[in-house]
Amino acid sequence: MRMLAWPYVAWMGLFVIIPLVLVLLYSFTSGDIHDMTTWRFTLDNFARFNEPIYIKVMADSFLLAVASTLICLVLGYPVAMIIARADLRYRNLLLMFFLVPIWMNFLLRTYAWMSLLSPNGLINRLLLSVGLPKLEIMPGQGAVLLGMVYNFLPFMVLPIYSVLSKIDRHLLEAASDLGANRFLTFWKVIFPLSIPGVISGITMVFMPAVSTFVISALLGGGKTPLIGDLIEQQFMSDRNWHFGSSLSIILMAVILLSMAVMSRIDANQPVEGRRAA
Amino acid sequence: MMKVVKRTYMGLIFLFLYAPIAVLIAFSFNSSKSRSQWGGFTFDWYLDMIGDRQIREALTFTIVIALLSTLISTLAGTVSAIGIHYMGRGVRTAVLNVNNLPVLNPDIITGVALMTLFISSGLPLGAVAMLIAHVVFSTPYVILSVLPKLRQMNRYTAEAAMDLGATPAMALRKVILPEISPGIISGALMAFTMSIDDFVISFFTAGTDATNLSILIYSMAKRGVKPSINALSTVMFVTVVILLFIINRKSEKGEELML
Repeated sequence: MRMLAWPYVAWMGLFVIIPLVLVLLYSFTSGDIHDMTTWRFTLDNFARFNEPIYIKVMADSFLLAVASTLICLVLGYPVAMIIARADLRYRNLLLMFFLVPIWMNFLLRTYAWMSLLSPNGLINRLLLSVGLPKLEIMPGQGAVLLGMVYNFLPFMVLPIYSVLSKIDRHLLEAASDLGANRFLTFWKVIFPLSIPGVISGITMVFMPAVSTFVISALLGGGKTPLIGDLIEQQFMSDRNWHFGSSLSIILMAVILLSMAVMSRIDANQPVEGRRAA
Repeated sequence: MMKVVKRTYMGLIFLFLYAPIAVLIAFSFNSSKSRSQWGGFTFDWYLDMIGDRQIREALTFTIVIALLSTLISTLAGTVSAIGIHYMGRGVRTAVLNVNNLPVLNPDIITGVALMTLFISSGLPLGAVAMLIAHVVFSTPYVILSVLPKLRQMNRYTAEAAMDLGATPAMALRKVILPEISPGIISGALMAFTMSIDDFVISFFTAGTDATNLSILIYSMAKRGVKPSINALSTVMFVTVVILLFIINRKSEKGEELML
């Protein structure tokens, strides 16, 4: 029976491992991208990150991803909690209404924000008609942030919801029997139990946010490129795969590092909390 | 009091989620080409959409790739999951770790990595490359949804079948497959929706000739959209919503029975 998996192992070697090894090779070399014999080992591709433009791109990407993750957490936690606590009759309905928008193509949703936010778009017309100043965030980082929050909010809500909906209600009754008010019950019981959900929500939002190039290309108007835009540019138009690969390696390192930090936080949780969750 | 706060909050969140979609749908009926000014009601963009060769080709292409990659990745994923299930512990962990790479890697990394492989190995970018790429990112999900079902299965039933004279192939077909079919179905659904929805990996493997819907929408959004895209998105959205309602109706009844 186990022989059945060998073709897939070979397939993964070819289409999962080798491509990543190629990226790694490109990142540490320079030369003609199509002729391996011209490649020379170099660290120049990584040294380029010392240039102020690239430092700024890295900082922008990281800060925008962190900001959108935090906003998703602050907006999404209450949503997850309201749905998890809703009457059983409405719970599935609420969840479904919350999830329906993600069934619309991601690019269409982002495009819809383009027309809403554009200088003469609907939002600005509404603002003008009631005498408020124009909202000029598109193209720019404000619009990119909004697009990230809009697209990734469900990734935060879902894992938190699934942890919250499994919390034993008797624990909450016990807390209130022992004299905890609502805030204390939340802070001492509900929130600690939900941390695994929060952590996977953070990872699921941070990762696509830090690596996106679509949202910044459409809503940022190319003014404030993110690391994803740079990678796309190197591979699609500048044809500098060596530099593009080193950017990819750095992006992977950033993500791995953040995931390691998050799992450390998860591991530091008190054992009882994790067992109950 | 608490109830009012909750309702207002959910209302605002839903407004935020649905406003762009509502606007998109509304403007698919707008006779003015403007993206902000209402010029009267029209069905023109829907006719435009039906007549638009580019849109029609992209739609067909998207569906064909999705069907093919779902078929291949479901078959390959199911067979491989059975193989992985019977592997020794150490090998299994190693194989599953590699299997997780396309799931955990950001799309852009998978996309550029496959693009470098295809170009440096001489395989032209285009439909075939894109199909391979879709199988690469879908199969891990099929495996991940079939494996738990295999673990739940009683391992002795297949052996019992073979003791009673079934060939291994018969045991597979009559005993194992029916047990794991829910996992196969949910894996196939996941593979299909991910293929339909994918932009990033398709973008890097498409080359210049192949255009799926996402790629078409992206290039239109960058250049300024034809309103027929609004019509198309309305049709797609309404289709999905109807499908979701039907599926949900069924599962809701099931859940009520369970409760």
